[in-house]
Amino acid sequence: MLSKRLVICLDVRGGKLAKSVKFVDTKDIGDPVARARRYYEDGVDELVFYDITASRENRDIMIDFVEEVASQIFIPFSVGGGIRSVADATRLRNAGAEKVNVNTAAVARQELISEIAGAIGSQSTILSMDVRRVTPTQDIPSGYEIVVNGGVTPTGIDALGWAVTGEKLGAGELVINSIDADGTKDGYALNLTRMIADAVSIPVIASGGAGKPEHLYDVLTAGHADAALVASIVHYGEYTCRQLKEYLHGRGIKVRMNY
Amino acid sequence: MGAGKVITIIDYNAGNIRSVLRACAEVGAGAVTTGDPALVSKANKIIFPGVGAAPSAMAYLQKTGLDVAIKNTFKAGIPVLGICIGAQIVLDSSEEGPQKCLGLVPGKTVRFRLNDKLLKIPHMGWNEVVVKQPHPLLDGIGAGDEFYFVHSFYPRPDNQQNVYAVANHGIDFCAALGYRNLFATQFHPEKSGRLGLELLERFTRWEGR
Repeated sequence: MLSKRLVICLDVRGGKLAKSVKFVDTKDIGDPVARARRYYEDGVDELVFYDITASRENRDIMIDFVEEVASQIFIPFSVGGGIRSVADATRLRNAGAEKVNVNTAAVARQELISEIAGAIGSQSTILSMDVRRVTPTQDIPSGYEIVVNGGVTPTGIDALGWAVTGEKLGAGELVINSIDADGTKDGYALNLTRMIADAVSIPVIASGGAGKPEHLYDVLTAGHADAALVASIVHYGEYTCRQLKEYLHGRGIKVRMNY
Repeated sequence: MGAGKVITIIDYNAGNIRSVLRACAEVGAGAVTTGDPALVSKANKIIFPGVGAAPSAMAYLQKTGLDVAIKNTFKAGIPVLGICIGAQIVLDSSEEGPQKCLGLVPGKTVRFRLNDKLLKIPHMGWNEVVVKQPHPLLDGIGAGDEFYFVHSFYPRPDNQQNVYAVANHGIDFCAALGYRNLFATQFHPEKSGRLGLELLERFTRWEGR
Protein backbone atom coordinates (compact mmCIF):
# COMPACT_ATOMS: atom_id res chain seq x y z
CA MET A 1 0.00 0.00 0.00
CA LEU A 2 1.33 3.40 -0.95
CA SER A 3 2.18 5.83 1.82
CA LYS A 4 0.67 9.26 2.08
CA ARG A 5 3.31 11.82 1.19
CA LEU A 6 4.64 14.87 2.98
CA VAL A 7 5.64 17.40 0.33
CA ILE A 8 7.55 20.60 1.01
CA CYS A 9 7.36 23.53 -1.36
CA LEU A 10 10.29 25.88 -1.66
CA ASP A 11 9.62 29.11 -3.51
CA VAL A 12 12.80 30.08 -5.27
CA ARG A 13 13.68 33.54 -6.49
CA GLY A 14 17.03 34.01 -8.16
CA GLY A 15 18.35 30.89 -6.44
CA LYS A 16 17.11 31.97 -3.00
CA LEU A 17 14.34 30.52 -0.90
CA ALA A 18 11.30 32.70 -0.40
CA LYS A 19 7.94 32.23 1.26
CA SER A 20 4.94 34.20 0.23
CA VAL A 21 1.84 35.05 2.18
CA LYS A 22 -1.24 35.23 0.02
CA PHE A 23 1.18 35.44 -2.91
CA VAL A 24 2.32 38.99 -2.14
CA ASP A 25 5.08 40.44 -0.04
CA THR A 26 7.64 37.70 -0.58
CA LYS A 27 10.81 37.77 1.42
CA ASP A 28 13.95 35.71 1.02
CA ILE A 29 14.81 33.33 3.81
CA GLY A 30 17.91 31.44 2.74
CA ASP A 31 19.77 28.96 0.55
CA PRO A 32 17.24 26.57 -1.00
CA VAL A 33 19.71 23.79 -1.80
CA ALA A 34 20.92 23.61 1.81
CA ARG A 35 17.31 23.68 2.97
CA ALA A 36 16.33 20.95 0.54
CA ARG A 37 19.16 18.76 1.79
CA ARG A 38 18.09 19.31 5.39
CA TYR A 39 14.48 18.37 4.63
CA TYR A 40 15.66 15.35 2.66
CA GLU A 41 17.64 14.11 5.64
CA ASP A 42 14.67 14.82 7.91
CA GLY A 43 12.37 12.56 5.88
CA VAL A 44 10.40 14.70 3.46
CA ASP A 45 8.95 12.45 0.75
CA GLU A 46 9.03 14.86 -2.13
CA LEU A 47 10.03 18.46 -2.81
CA VAL A 48 8.58 21.11 -5.08
CA PHE A 49 10.69 24.04 -6.23
CA TYR A 50 8.71 26.93 -7.50
CA ASP A 51 10.52 29.56 -9.51
CA ILE A 52 8.52 32.63 -8.51
CA THR A 53 10.31 34.95 -10.88
CA ALA A 54 9.85 32.58 -13.79
CA SER A 55 11.33 34.98 -16.26
CA ARG A 56 12.94 33.79 -19.45
CA GLU A 57 16.27 35.29 -18.36
CA ASN A 58 16.08 33.16 -15.25
CA ARG A 59 15.77 29.87 -17.15
CA ASP A 60 19.46 29.02 -17.17
CA ILE A 61 19.83 29.87 -13.48
CA MET A 62 16.97 27.49 -12.79
CA ILE A 63 18.58 24.68 -14.81
CA ASP A 64 21.84 25.10 -12.85
CA PHE A 65 19.82 25.16 -9.67
CA VAL A 66 18.02 21.90 -10.56
CA GLU A 67 21.34 20.22 -11.36
CA GLU A 68 22.67 21.27 -7.99
CA VAL A 69 19.57 20.01 -6.16
CA ALA A 70 19.72 16.70 -8.03
CA SER A 71 23.29 16.12 -6.89
CA GLN A 72 22.28 16.72 -3.26
CA ILE A 73 18.97 14.99 -2.74
CA PHE A 74 17.97 11.46 -3.72
CA ILE A 75 14.21 11.56 -3.57
CA PRO A 76 11.77 12.78 -6.24
CA PHE A 77 11.37 16.50 -6.72
CA SER A 78 9.43 18.66 -9.13
CA VAL A 79 9.95 22.10 -10.54
CA GLY A 80 7.38 24.69 -11.49
CA GLY A 81 7.07 28.29 -12.51
CA GLY A 82 7.11 29.66 -16.02
CA ILE A 83 7.10 26.35 -17.90
CA ARG A 84 5.68 27.25 -21.29
CA SER A 85 6.87 24.56 -23.66
CA VAL A 86 7.91 20.95 -24.09
CA ALA A 87 11.48 22.22 -24.42
CA ASP A 88 11.29 23.89 -20.97
CA ALA A 89 9.88 20.71 -19.43
CA THR A 90 12.39 18.41 -21.10
CA ARG A 91 15.35 20.54 -20.04
CA LEU A 92 14.23 20.52 -16.40
CA ARG A 93 13.57 16.78 -16.55
CA ASN A 94 16.99 16.12 -18.03
CA ALA A 95 18.62 18.34 -15.41
CA GLY A 96 17.28 15.97 -12.75
CA ALA A 97 13.71 16.98 -11.87
CA GLU A 98 11.47 13.93 -11.58
CA LYS A 99 8.40 15.94 -12.51
CA VAL A 100 7.44 19.36 -13.80
CA ASN A 101 4.51 21.55 -12.77
CA VAL A 102 2.53 23.53 -15.29
CA ASN A 103 0.01 26.17 -14.28
CA THR A 104 -0.65 29.49 -16.02
CA ALA A 105 0.70 28.45 -19.42
CA ALA A 106 -1.59 25.39 -19.44
CA VAL A 107 -4.61 27.58 -18.78
CA ALA A 108 -3.59 29.80 -21.68
CA ARG A 109 -3.03 26.80 -23.98
CA GLN A 110 -4.28 23.50 -22.64
CA GLU A 111 -2.55 21.36 -25.30
CA LEU A 112 0.62 22.10 -23.36
CA ILE A 113 -0.39 19.40 -20.88
CA SER A 114 -0.74 16.67 -23.50
CA GLU A 115 2.43 17.80 -25.27
CA ILE A 116 4.50 17.58 -22.08
CA ALA A 117 2.89 14.29 -21.05
CA GLY A 118 3.68 12.91 -24.50
CA ALA A 119 7.31 13.96 -24.20
CA ILE A 120 8.19 13.04 -20.61
CA GLY A 121 5.24 10.88 -19.52
CA SER A 122 2.07 11.52 -17.55
CA GLN A 123 3.77 10.41 -14.35
CA SER A 124 6.13 13.37 -14.71
CA THR A 125 3.48 15.94 -15.65
CA ILE A 126 1.83 17.76 -12.77
CA LEU A 127 -0.98 20.24 -13.27
CA SER A 128 -0.88 22.87 -10.55
CA MET A 129 -3.94 25.00 -10.07
CA ASP A 130 -4.49 28.09 -7.98
CA VAL A 131 -8.10 28.16 -6.90
CA ARG A 132 -10.30 30.82 -5.33
CA ARG A 133 -13.75 30.48 -3.90
CA VAL A 134 -16.45 32.46 -5.71
CA THR A 135 -20.22 32.63 -5.80
CA PRO A 136 -21.37 29.76 -8.07
CA THR A 137 -22.49 30.86 -11.51
CA GLN A 138 -23.49 29.08 -14.69
CA ASP A 139 -19.87 29.15 -15.88
CA ILE A 140 -18.42 28.28 -12.48
CA PRO A 141 -20.93 25.82 -11.04
CA SER A 142 -18.55 24.37 -8.45
CA GLY A 143 -18.06 27.79 -6.85
CA TYR A 144 -14.30 27.52 -7.28
CA GLU A 145 -12.48 29.50 -9.95
CA ILE A 146 -9.04 29.07 -11.46
CA VAL A 147 -6.82 32.12 -11.01
CA VAL A 148 -3.46 32.55 -12.70
CA ASN A 149 -0.29 34.63 -12.70
CA GLY A 150 0.51 33.82 -9.11
CA GLY A 151 -3.09 34.00 -7.97
CA VAL A 152 -3.97 37.50 -9.14
CA THR A 153 -5.80 37.04 -12.47
CA PRO A 154 -9.27 35.44 -12.52
CA THR A 155 -9.97 33.27 -15.56
CA GLY A 156 -13.66 32.45 -15.42
CA ILE A 157 -12.72 28.75 -15.53
CA ASP A 158 -14.36 26.31 -13.15
CA ALA A 159 -11.75 24.56 -11.01
CA LEU A 160 -13.53 21.21 -10.92
CA GLY A 161 -13.98 21.16 -14.68
CA TRP A 162 -10.35 22.15 -15.17
CA ALA A 163 -9.12 19.33 -12.93
CA VAL A 164 -11.10 16.77 -14.94
CA THR A 165 -9.87 18.27 -18.21
CA GLY A 166 -6.28 18.20 -16.93
CA GLU A 167 -6.50 14.50 -16.19
CA LYS A 168 -7.97 13.80 -19.64
CA LEU A 169 -5.15 15.74 -21.26
CA GLY A 170 -2.59 13.56 -19.55
CA ALA A 171 -1.66 15.19 -16.26
CA GLY A 172 -0.46 12.48 -13.91
CA GLU A 173 -1.01 14.41 -10.71
CA LEU A 174 -2.75 17.56 -9.50
CA VAL A 175 -1.66 20.22 -7.03
CA ILE A 176 -4.70 22.00 -5.64
CA ASN A 177 -3.62 25.26 -4.11
CA SER A 178 -6.27 27.27 -2.33
CA ILE A 179 -5.58 30.99 -2.60
CA ASP A 180 -8.07 31.60 0.21
CA ALA A 181 -6.26 29.25 2.58
CA ASP A 182 -2.70 30.00 1.47
CA GLY A 183 -0.74 31.67 4.24
CA THR A 184 -3.61 31.64 6.73
CA LYS A 185 -2.42 28.60 8.74
CA ASP A 186 -6.09 27.86 9.39
CA GLY A 187 -6.06 24.50 7.61
CA TYR A 188 -6.40 23.24 4.06
CA ALA A 189 -9.48 23.86 1.94
CA LEU A 190 -10.99 20.47 2.73
CA ASN A 191 -14.17 20.72 0.68
CA LEU A 192 -12.30 21.89 -2.41
CA THR A 193 -9.66 19.18 -2.07
CA ARG A 194 -12.16 16.38 -1.52
CA MET A 195 -14.40 17.54 -4.36
CA ILE A 196 -11.52 17.37 -6.83
CA ALA A 197 -9.90 14.22 -5.41
CA ASP A 198 -13.22 12.40 -5.76
CA ALA A 199 -13.68 13.55 -9.34
CA VAL A 200 -10.32 12.36 -10.72
CA SER A 201 -8.39 9.10 -10.56
CA ILE A 202 -4.91 10.67 -10.38
CA PRO A 203 -3.18 11.61 -7.12
CA VAL A 204 -4.01 14.96 -5.55
CA ILE A 205 -1.55 17.07 -3.56
CA ALA A 206 -3.31 19.55 -1.26
CA SER A 207 -1.66 22.94 -0.86
CA GLY A 208 -2.30 26.07 1.15
CA GLY A 209 -3.27 26.61 4.76
CA ALA A 210 -1.17 24.17 6.77
CA GLY A 211 -0.59 25.56 10.25
CA LYS A 212 -0.68 22.53 12.53
CA PRO A 213 -0.12 18.77 12.17
CA GLU A 214 -3.87 18.22 12.58
CA HIS A 215 -4.42 20.07 9.32
CA LEU A 216 -2.34 17.50 7.47
CA TYR A 217 -4.26 14.70 9.11
CA ASP A 218 -7.55 16.32 8.12
CA VAL A 219 -6.68 16.79 4.46
CA LEU A 220 -5.24 13.26 4.13
CA THR A 221 -8.40 11.77 5.64
CA ALA A 222 -11.50 13.97 5.25
CA GLY A 223 -9.91 15.84 2.32
CA HIS A 224 -9.12 12.60 0.41
CA ALA A 225 -5.69 13.95 -0.60
CA ASP A 226 -2.78 11.65 -1.42
CA ALA A 227 -0.19 14.15 -0.28
CA ALA A 228 -0.05 17.25 1.90
CA LEU A 229 2.14 20.15 0.87
CA VAL A 230 3.61 22.41 3.51
CA ALA A 231 5.90 25.43 3.41
CA SER A 232 6.07 28.06 6.13
CA ILE A 233 5.47 25.72 9.08
CA VAL A 234 8.72 23.97 8.26
CA HIS A 235 10.61 26.92 6.77
CA TYR A 236 10.25 28.95 9.98
CA GLY A 237 11.04 26.00 12.20
CA GLU A 238 7.65 25.54 13.84
CA TYR A 239 7.71 21.85 12.99
CA THR A 240 10.25 19.44 11.59
CA CYS A 241 9.38 16.83 8.98
CA ARG A 242 9.88 14.15 11.60
CA GLN A 243 7.45 15.83 14.00
CA LEU A 244 4.81 16.06 11.28
CA LYS A 245 5.31 12.46 10.22
CA GLU A 246 5.36 11.15 13.77
CA TYR A 247 2.08 12.92 14.38
CA LEU A 248 0.48 11.38 11.27
CA HIS A 249 1.94 7.97 12.01
CA GLY A 250 0.65 8.18 15.57
CA ARG A 251 -2.84 8.80 14.26
CA GLY A 252 -2.74 5.77 12.01
CA ILE A 253 -1.83 7.36 8.68
CA LYS A 254 0.58 5.23 6.64
CA VAL A 255 3.64 7.41 6.12
CA ARG A 256 7.27 6.58 5.41
CA MET A 257 9.01 6.50 8.79
CA ASN A 258 12.31 4.78 7.95
CA TYR A 259 14.72 7.19 6.29
CA MET B 1 38.42 -5.60 -5.75
CA GLY B 2 34.69 -5.03 -6.10
CA ALA B 3 34.53 -1.61 -4.52
CA GLY B 4 37.25 -0.38 -6.85
CA LYS B 5 35.47 -1.42 -10.02
CA VAL B 6 34.04 1.25 -12.22
CA ILE B 7 30.32 0.82 -12.82
CA THR B 8 29.15 1.10 -16.39
CA ILE B 9 25.68 2.65 -16.62
CA ILE B 10 24.01 1.76 -19.87
CA ASP B 11 22.71 4.83 -21.66
CA TYR B 12 20.05 3.74 -24.11
CA ASN B 13 17.94 6.83 -24.44
CA ALA B 14 15.63 5.82 -21.59
CA GLY B 15 15.84 8.71 -19.18
CA ASN B 16 17.15 9.12 -15.63
CA ILE B 17 20.68 7.95 -16.46
CA ARG B 18 22.12 10.98 -14.72
CA SER B 19 20.10 10.39 -11.55
CA VAL B 20 21.74 6.99 -11.32
CA LEU B 21 25.16 8.48 -12.07
CA ARG B 22 24.74 11.08 -9.33
CA ALA B 23 23.56 8.47 -6.84
CA CYS B 24 26.65 6.37 -7.61
CA ALA B 25 28.81 9.45 -6.97
CA GLU B 26 27.03 9.98 -3.66
CA VAL B 27 27.99 6.48 -2.48
CA GLY B 28 31.58 6.95 -3.67
CA ALA B 29 31.36 4.62 -6.66
CA GLY B 30 33.20 5.39 -9.86
CA ALA B 31 30.69 5.25 -12.70
CA VAL B 32 30.55 6.05 -16.38
CA THR B 33 27.66 6.12 -18.80
CA THR B 34 27.87 4.66 -22.27
CA GLY B 35 25.68 3.60 -25.14
CA ASP B 36 28.54 1.84 -26.92
CA PRO B 37 28.12 -1.98 -27.06
CA ALA B 38 31.90 -2.43 -27.28
CA LEU B 39 32.39 -0.65 -23.95
CA VAL B 40 29.48 -2.55 -22.37
CA SER B 41 31.17 -5.80 -23.44
CA LYS B 42 34.30 -4.78 -21.53
CA ALA B 43 32.48 -3.62 -18.38
CA ASN B 44 33.24 -5.02 -14.92
CA LYS B 45 29.90 -4.10 -13.46
CA ILE B 46 26.72 -2.87 -15.10
CA ILE B 47 23.71 -0.83 -14.11
CA PHE B 48 20.86 -1.14 -16.55
CA PRO B 49 18.41 1.64 -15.63
CA GLY B 50 15.50 3.09 -17.47
CA VAL B 51 12.14 4.73 -17.43
CA GLY B 52 9.60 4.74 -20.22
CA ALA B 53 8.18 1.92 -22.27
CA ALA B 54 9.47 -1.60 -22.92
CA PRO B 55 8.81 -1.60 -26.69
CA SER B 56 10.82 1.54 -27.41
CA ALA B 57 13.54 0.45 -24.99
CA MET B 58 13.89 -2.94 -26.70
CA ALA B 59 13.81 -1.39 -30.18
CA TYR B 60 16.66 0.92 -29.20
CA LEU B 61 18.72 -1.89 -27.67
CA GLN B 62 18.33 -4.03 -30.80
CA LYS B 63 19.12 -1.19 -33.16
CA THR B 64 22.34 -0.36 -31.35
CA GLY B 65 23.45 -3.93 -30.64
CA LEU B 66 23.32 -3.25 -26.90
CA ASP B 67 20.98 -6.23 -26.50
CA VAL B 68 23.70 -8.65 -27.55
CA ALA B 69 26.33 -6.85 -25.45
CA ILE B 70 24.12 -7.06 -22.33
CA LYS B 71 23.36 -10.75 -22.90
CA ASN B 72 27.04 -11.55 -23.34
CA THR B 73 28.19 -9.66 -20.25
CA PHE B 74 25.46 -11.35 -18.24
CA LYS B 75 26.60 -14.77 -19.50
CA ALA B 76 30.20 -13.84 -18.64
CA GLY B 77 29.18 -13.48 -14.97
CA ILE B 78 29.54 -9.69 -14.70
CA PRO B 79 27.32 -8.26 -11.91
CA VAL B 80 24.27 -6.54 -13.43
CA LEU B 81 21.78 -4.31 -11.63
CA GLY B 82 18.54 -3.59 -13.49
CA ILE B 83 16.27 -0.74 -12.42
CA CYS B 84 12.58 -0.25 -13.33
CA ILE B 85 12.34 -0.92 -17.10
CA GLY B 86 15.68 -2.62 -16.57
CA ALA B 87 13.91 -5.07 -14.26
CA GLN B 88 11.16 -5.69 -16.80
CA ILE B 89 12.93 -6.27 -20.10
CA VAL B 90 15.38 -8.80 -18.64
CA LEU B 91 12.42 -11.24 -18.76
CA ASP B 92 11.27 -13.06 -21.90
CA SER B 93 8.41 -10.74 -22.85
CA SER B 94 6.23 -7.82 -21.77
CA GLU B 95 2.52 -7.18 -22.10
CA GLU B 96 3.43 -3.63 -23.00
CA GLY B 97 4.14 -4.75 -26.54
CA PRO B 98 4.60 -7.74 -28.86
CA GLN B 99 8.39 -7.53 -28.93
CA LYS B 100 10.66 -10.15 -27.43
CA CYS B 101 12.65 -8.97 -24.44
CA LEU B 102 16.18 -9.92 -23.39
CA GLY B 103 15.23 -13.29 -21.91
CA LEU B 104 17.92 -13.34 -19.24
CA VAL B 105 15.42 -14.56 -16.64
CA PRO B 106 12.41 -16.78 -17.41
CA GLY B 107 9.21 -14.78 -17.01
CA LYS B 108 6.94 -12.07 -18.28
CA THR B 109 6.25 -8.43 -17.48
CA VAL B 110 2.56 -7.84 -16.90
CA ARG B 111 0.19 -4.92 -16.37
CA PHE B 112 -1.53 -4.23 -13.07
CA ARG B 113 -5.13 -5.38 -13.22
CA LEU B 114 -6.83 -3.90 -10.24
CA ASN B 115 -10.41 -4.26 -9.17
CA ASP B 116 -10.20 -1.72 -6.41
CA LYS B 117 -11.01 1.63 -8.01
CA LEU B 118 -9.19 3.44 -5.24
CA LEU B 119 -5.88 1.96 -6.36
CA LYS B 120 -4.30 4.15 -8.98
CA ILE B 121 -2.18 3.29 -12.00
CA PRO B 122 0.65 4.13 -12.38
CA HIS B 123 1.70 2.84 -9.00
CA MET B 124 3.61 5.95 -8.00
CA GLY B 125 5.09 6.83 -4.65
CA TRP B 126 6.64 5.24 -1.60
CA ASN B 127 5.79 1.68 -0.75
CA GLU B 128 7.10 -0.94 1.64
CA VAL B 129 9.40 -3.57 0.18
CA VAL B 130 9.17 -6.95 1.91
CA VAL B 131 12.17 -9.25 1.55
CA LYS B 132 11.17 -12.84 0.67
CA GLN B 133 14.63 -14.39 0.47
CA PRO B 134 17.99 -13.08 1.64
CA HIS B 135 20.24 -11.55 -0.98
CA PRO B 136 23.50 -9.61 -0.55
CA LEU B 137 21.91 -6.52 -2.12
CA LEU B 138 18.95 -6.61 0.28
CA ASP B 139 21.07 -6.96 3.43
CA GLY B 140 19.77 -4.75 6.20
CA ILE B 141 16.35 -4.02 4.69
CA GLY B 142 13.78 -4.51 7.42
CA ALA B 143 10.15 -4.10 8.33
CA GLY B 144 8.62 -0.83 7.19
CA ASP B 145 11.45 0.11 4.81
CA GLU B 146 9.99 1.96 1.83
CA PHE B 147 11.27 2.64 -1.66
CA TYR B 148 10.12 4.87 -4.50
CA PHE B 149 8.12 3.36 -7.37
CA VAL B 150 6.77 4.73 -10.66
CA HIS B 151 5.36 2.09 -13.00
CA SER B 152 2.26 0.54 -14.58
CA PHE B 153 3.78 -2.87 -15.35
CA TYR B 154 5.72 -5.24 -13.11
CA PRO B 155 8.02 -8.23 -13.65
CA ARG B 156 6.60 -11.70 -13.03
CA PRO B 157 9.38 -14.32 -13.06
CA ASP B 158 8.21 -17.87 -13.82
CA ASN B 159 10.12 -19.25 -10.86
CA GLN B 160 9.28 -18.09 -7.40
CA GLN B 161 12.92 -18.61 -6.40
CA ASN B 162 13.82 -15.61 -8.59
CA VAL B 163 11.54 -13.32 -6.54
CA TYR B 164 13.58 -11.73 -3.76
CA ALA B 165 11.21 -9.01 -2.59
CA VAL B 166 7.61 -7.99 -3.05
CA ALA B 167 5.49 -4.88 -2.55
CA ASN B 168 1.72 -4.60 -2.34
CA HIS B 169 -0.53 -2.58 -4.61
CA GLY B 170 -3.82 -4.42 -4.58
CA ILE B 171 -1.76 -7.58 -5.03
CA ASP B 172 1.71 -8.63 -3.94
CA PHE B 173 3.98 -8.07 -6.93
CA CYS B 174 7.66 -8.70 -7.55
CA ALA B 175 9.64 -5.64 -6.43
CA ALA B 176 13.08 -7.24 -6.76
CA LEU B 177 14.24 -10.25 -8.72
CA GLY B 178 17.52 -12.07 -8.89
CA TYR B 179 19.09 -14.75 -11.04
CA ARG B 180 22.76 -15.64 -10.84
CA ASN B 181 24.81 -12.44 -11.36
CA LEU B 182 21.72 -10.36 -12.18
CA PHE B 183 19.69 -8.43 -9.65
CA ALA B 184 16.91 -6.03 -10.58
CA THR B 185 14.55 -3.74 -8.72
CA GLN B 186 11.20 -2.42 -9.92
CA PHE B 187 11.68 0.52 -7.54
CA HIS B 188 14.22 3.30 -8.01
CA PRO B 189 17.11 3.04 -5.53
CA GLU B 190 18.50 6.31 -6.90
CA LYS B 191 15.30 8.10 -5.78
CA SER B 192 14.72 6.20 -2.54
CA GLY B 193 16.77 8.26 -0.12
CA ARG B 194 19.26 6.69 2.27
CA LEU B 195 17.88 3.15 1.92
CA GLY B 196 18.20 3.29 -1.85
CA LEU B 197 21.73 4.66 -1.70
CA GLU B 198 22.68 1.87 0.67
CA LEU B 199 21.45 -0.69 -1.85
CA LEU B 200 23.60 0.94 -4.55
CA GLU B 201 26.54 0.95 -2.18
CA ARG B 202 26.08 -2.80 -1.61
CA PHE B 203 26.04 -3.27 -5.38
CA THR B 204 29.47 -1.63 -5.60
CA ARG B 205 30.76 -4.41 -3.33
CA TRP B 206 28.80 -7.29 -4.90
CA GLU B 207 30.75 -9.85 -6.91
CA GLY B 208 27.64 -11.32 -8.51
CA ARG B 209 27.32 -14.34 -6.25
